[in-house]
Amino acid sequence: MSREARAALLFLSPALLVLAIFFFVPVLAGFALSVTDFDLYSIGDVHNLRFIALENYVTLLRSNVFWTAFLNTLYFAVAGGPLTVAASLAAALLVNAKAARWKPFFRTVYFAPVVTTLVAVAIVFRFLYHPRFGMINRVLESIGLHGVDWLSDPLLAMPAIILVAVWKNFGYNMIIFIAGLQSIPDELYEAARIDGAGEWKQFRHVTLPMLGPTFLFVGIVTAIGYLQLFAEPYVMTHGGPLNRTLSAVMLMYQQGFKFFRMGYAAAVAFLLFLTIAAATALQMRLQERR
Amino acid sequence: MKKVLLHFALIAGGLVTLFPLLWMLSASFMSTGEATTYPPHVLPHAPSLDQYHALFVRLNIGRAFFSSTIIAVVSTLFSLLFNSMAGYAFARLRFRGRDRIFTLLLAALVIPAQVGMLPLFLLMKSLGLVNTYWGVIIPSLASVFGIFLIRQFMLSIPQELLEAARIDGAGEWRIYWSVVMPLARPILATLAIFTFMTTWNDFMWPLIVLSDARKYTLPVSLANLVGEHAQDVELMMAGSVVTVLPVLALFLFLQRYYIAGLMAGSVKG
Repeated sequence: MSREARAALLFLSPALLVLAIFFFVPVLAGFALSVTDFDLYSIGDVHNLRFIALENYVTLLRSNVFWTAFLNTLYFAVAGGPLTVAASLAAALLVNAKAARWKPFFRTVYFAPVVTTLVAVAIVFRFLYHPRFGMINRVLESIGLHGVDWLSDPLLAMPAIILVAVWKNFGYNMIIFIAGLQSIPDELYEAARIDGAGEWKQFRHVTLPMLGPTFLFVGIVTAIGYLQLFAEPYVMTHGGPLNRTLSAVMLMYQQGFKFFRMGYAAAVAFLLFLTIAAATALQMRLQERR
Repeated sequence: MKKVLLHFALIAGGLVTLFPLLWMLSASFMSTGEATTYPPHVLPHAPSLDQYHALFVRLNIGRAFFSSTIIAVVSTLFSLLFNSMAGYAFARLRFRGRDRIFTLLLAALVIPAQVGMLPLFLLMKSLGLVNTYWGVIIPSLASVFGIFLIRQFMLSIPQELLEAARIDGAGEWRIYWSVVMPLARPILATLAIFTFMTTWNDFMWPLIVLSDARKYTLPVSLANLVGEHAQDVELMMAGSVVTVLPVLALFLFLQRYYIAGLMAGSVKG
């Protein structure tokens, strides 16, 4: 082994050991766990553990609560994801506009929610959504609309949580969109103008196509993050009302760490992983098509 | 006219974005019940620190602040060392299988942490690390994102510089520590802020590992408090301020490094 290779081994060991022992092995073990009936009795004595092949998966796919959690999670990602990306792009276009002043100030303001603690802001929004004293209903009432009971209404609880996620996350993608916008050469816009393209046409035929790779990156990162929904419903609704905001990760948490049905919970986690992989692959496919 | 509309939109967007944070701050200075009188006050009539007093004296939130600080600081220091060592090796040392291992690591970015959490918990349990700070800290000692960030930066350090140091007889550790690390200061700052914020804001893993309320981090503590004090809006807002303010301040002072890291992370995707 060369001197450099020996040095490399030394330099890599700490990080790779941590990742191997505390990430890669647990991930593989997670799959193994999902084909066992690991529960409270197995924690007491491992001999109680049985291999049950795909039984957990079969049970899951037949249970209503799993489908509820799974579809809620998809709802959150499919509605919240594009909404967040749209808000991010709008913010990026505003902040990046040639005529805009105080750009760094607005960029900082729009980005601030990203660095805040999710649990803390979820608590803030819990009170902002309060039917009687919450500021959101106060604003609605002041413009003549009726206030609603956001977090207790089965139809409104998830949209309310989606709005929190949009508020919290749009600044992150905005920064990436700004970088994307700034990398578009000015000549393209000039050429479009010479061809008589107005602002909308320039946006439609220059900006949007040139942002393709940015959309892909932002779309994938947002989807991965959103499919892991947990803290917002945990703090704001406990998964209610009527399980309408119960997410896949919440179901995994409850089953695995409250009831210690770890084999069953591991199957939930693995199905979530498959969903995330599929969402990533799908977006890459769509991008290639274009 | 167009310019006016543009700035109207910018300011309106800014107000909507800041409102929840400003209201949180305002309500935290109200006296108990003030935010739940009808119509509710937007600004405190007689601003007071009562809620903060209750939080620190009666509810001992200082302990959670301490836990969060210890966990975030230790995680940050170790992850700086471990990730920079690995990032340096991937960028500037030649060894067999280097690029293949690196690609494999990157592919792991799509694996959600939750997939491994159940076995990780059992592992921590068998190591006796459940309900300890180390149990929270250890999984964050190294990260694929951190290694990636450092590697991308270190690719720009000229190989000749390292060769020159080797010819001068410097050992590999010395080259890393005295030549490479000083050059890498900006990216180290970026990674430090990222790691600090991620560990400070993290919720699910500390919630799982820590069972003793005296060891709770701020987010876990808050989530716990909101169950018992759901009616004490002003108190909970003070708790949120205490939790959010340190990371928000850190961001405001060091946002140059933070934004730089965000861009670097998105370049290759």
